[in-house]
Amino acid sequence: MTALEQAAAPVAVPTSETRADAPRGRTRVWVVVVRYVLLGVLALIYLSPIIFMLVTSFKTRADAAGIPPNWIPDPFTTQAYEAILTASGTPVLLWFSNSLIAAVLHAVLVVVTASLAAYPLARMTFRGRGIVFSVIVATLLIPPVILIIPNYLIVGNLGWLNSLVAIIIPTAAGAFGVFFMRQFFLSLPAELEEAAIIDGANRWEIFLKIILPLSKPAMATLALLAFLTNWNDFLWPVYVLFSADVQTLPAGLSTLQSANAVRYDLLMAGAVIASVPVLLLFVFLQRFIIAGVSRSGLKG
Amino acid sequence: MSTPTRVGASVTEAPTAAPDGSAPRRAGVSPTRPKPFTPWLFLLPYLALFTVFVIVPSVFGLWISLHEWDYTLPNKPFVGGENYAELFDPNSVNSGSFWTSMRATGIFTLFSVPLLLVLPLLVALLMNKSFPGRNFFRAVYFAPYVLGVAVVGLLWRYLLDNNIGLVNYYLGLFGLPDDTAWTTSVPAAWVALVGVTVWWTLGFNAVIYLAALQDIPGELYEAASVDGANAWQKFRNVTLPGLRPILTFVTINTLIASANMFGQSYIITQGAPGRETRTAIYQIAETGLRNFQMGDAAAMSYVLTFFLMIISVVVFWLFREKKEKPVADESATAQSGGIR
Repeated sequence: MTALEQAAAPVAVPTSETRADAPRGRTRVWVVVVRYVLLGVLALIYLSPIIFMLVTSFKTRADAAGIPPNWIPDPFTTQAYEAILTASGTPVLLWFSNSLIAAVLHAVLVVVTASLAAYPLARMTFRGRGIVFSVIVATLLIPPVILIIPNYLIVGNLGWLNSLVAIIIPTAAGAFGVFFMRQFFLSLPAELEEAAIIDGANRWEIFLKIILPLSKPAMATLALLAFLTNWNDFLWPVYVLFSADVQTLPAGLSTLQSANAVRYDLLMAGAVIASVPVLLLFVFLQRFIIAGVSRSGLKG
Repeated sequence: MSTPTRVGASVTEAPTAAPDGSAPRRAGVSPTRPKPFTPWLFLLPYLALFTVFVIVPSVFGLWISLHEWDYTLPNKPFVGGENYAELFDPNSVNSGSFWTSMRATGIFTLFSVPLLLVLPLLVALLMNKSFPGRNFFRAVYFAPYVLGVAVVGLLWRYLLDNNIGLVNYYLGLFGLPDDTAWTTSVPAAWVALVGVTVWWTLGFNAVIYLAALQDIPGELYEAASVDGANAWQKFRNVTLPGLRPILTFVTINTLIASANMFGQSYIITQGAPGRETRTAIYQIAETGLRNFQMGDAAAMSYVLTFFLMIISVVVFWLFREKKEKPVADESATAQSGGIR
């Protein structure tokens, strides 16, 4: 496990142990209490919109539109969920599974292609490496907006419009994953590979048997980020998926809005359904997500 | 990972580590003499995607912009710079709506970027002190970011509703105007869009700042204390210089994100009032992908890109190294890596 932990270290969230805070005397108990109450209240205010979304999703239509707003549903009901899950024309369950399939396949595609590409860029010397890497770096400066129109036509020519493939594959071409994995591979000690090379292993064996097992934390982080990005992606699905049955949750929810402009109970139930997977991932895998974002600063 | 040398170590130290005692080889070349195409096989799947969906479209877009390119029509006549000229001709159909949308993007960027640079820094400074529960509070500020823009948009459309929204209700309780049309009037809509975006994405920049703050060596603060520096002087002379490499990244990243604002406007205000809050990317998508005037839309996207490039150059210039101390790309990334 030592090697794995060492490998995990670069993605671990830094702690501030070494940060020298000015030495302070014994703080009085009430100072601590006041500080935590203040922090707690601020945190509650910050999260209150999300809490209210959850609360509203268990309200009746009238209750959701009531003034003053109730923070406890009166009566408590799941009828918004029942209504939204059974309504024809807005197949929320189908959108949910579309989103799930797309996000999982997208994450797998990103992790596989980025890891494969990052390995030679980090660890092999070959003619053209510098050029390939520079070109990939340069495209980070291309604002994504100029790719929208041509990619729509390319996706159309491939026959992928109005299909999930359109939101699984093209967005996997982004450079972030390659950077992320390359940076991680660079942090692995070279001795590991050298020992294997003496033993006569080839590059594929080294990659599969030594590098990848050490890279699980980095790959998990990248997979999570790719999953979240794809699950939440909005503009592209809104325009490339046009029939109700192929839509993802975010794109579908925006059509729900025009269909039910004032049914906030329904809209909040839909929003909760779209939020639950990502909030669960966040609660349980927070460390990886935050570590991944901290490291996205590497992108520059 | 805390120093640039370590990052490059795997490459630069390889020659001396030649295991078989032969003359030092170039880094990474294995004694088994890998076939020259091996690295390319590794690269192939990604490069295929990269070529088809990044390289080709960035050139193809320019080609489209030089044509009267309607997806639904068989002929796509070459028109040269006409699509661009039209954007600068006040009498043309697209010009007015395009520049209105550019103005919308400009207003949004102008007000959101400074807030998204300063507020997350304050949060990061607060979180930089070690205290029990710190990770919990950090998670609280980050949480909204994991929700997609569709959820955030729907949620705030509800909270900002003129009549039944929480925002107006609580403003009323505090004796403030309780009938602001947050989603259908300006400037209220701008306040709403900027405010929602700050709430949504503040945690993202905060986490990046926090990682960078923790990479500033504690000894620097100790040395400053020994020299009698007060809190502000430490911030000014230790914290800010330590953050500078990451500040360029955060600024450019935030600028590009703000200039690409779409979902908030699409869901919360739907461009209202009129088309005043319809952003440039929204206008480009509608022109190209709803009305299928792809030549016009492609031209618009290049004009927007031109503005973004100019602003990025200005940012790089503003944050450039003042003293002639060469900071290579890798040292900047090592700084921001936030790993000890």
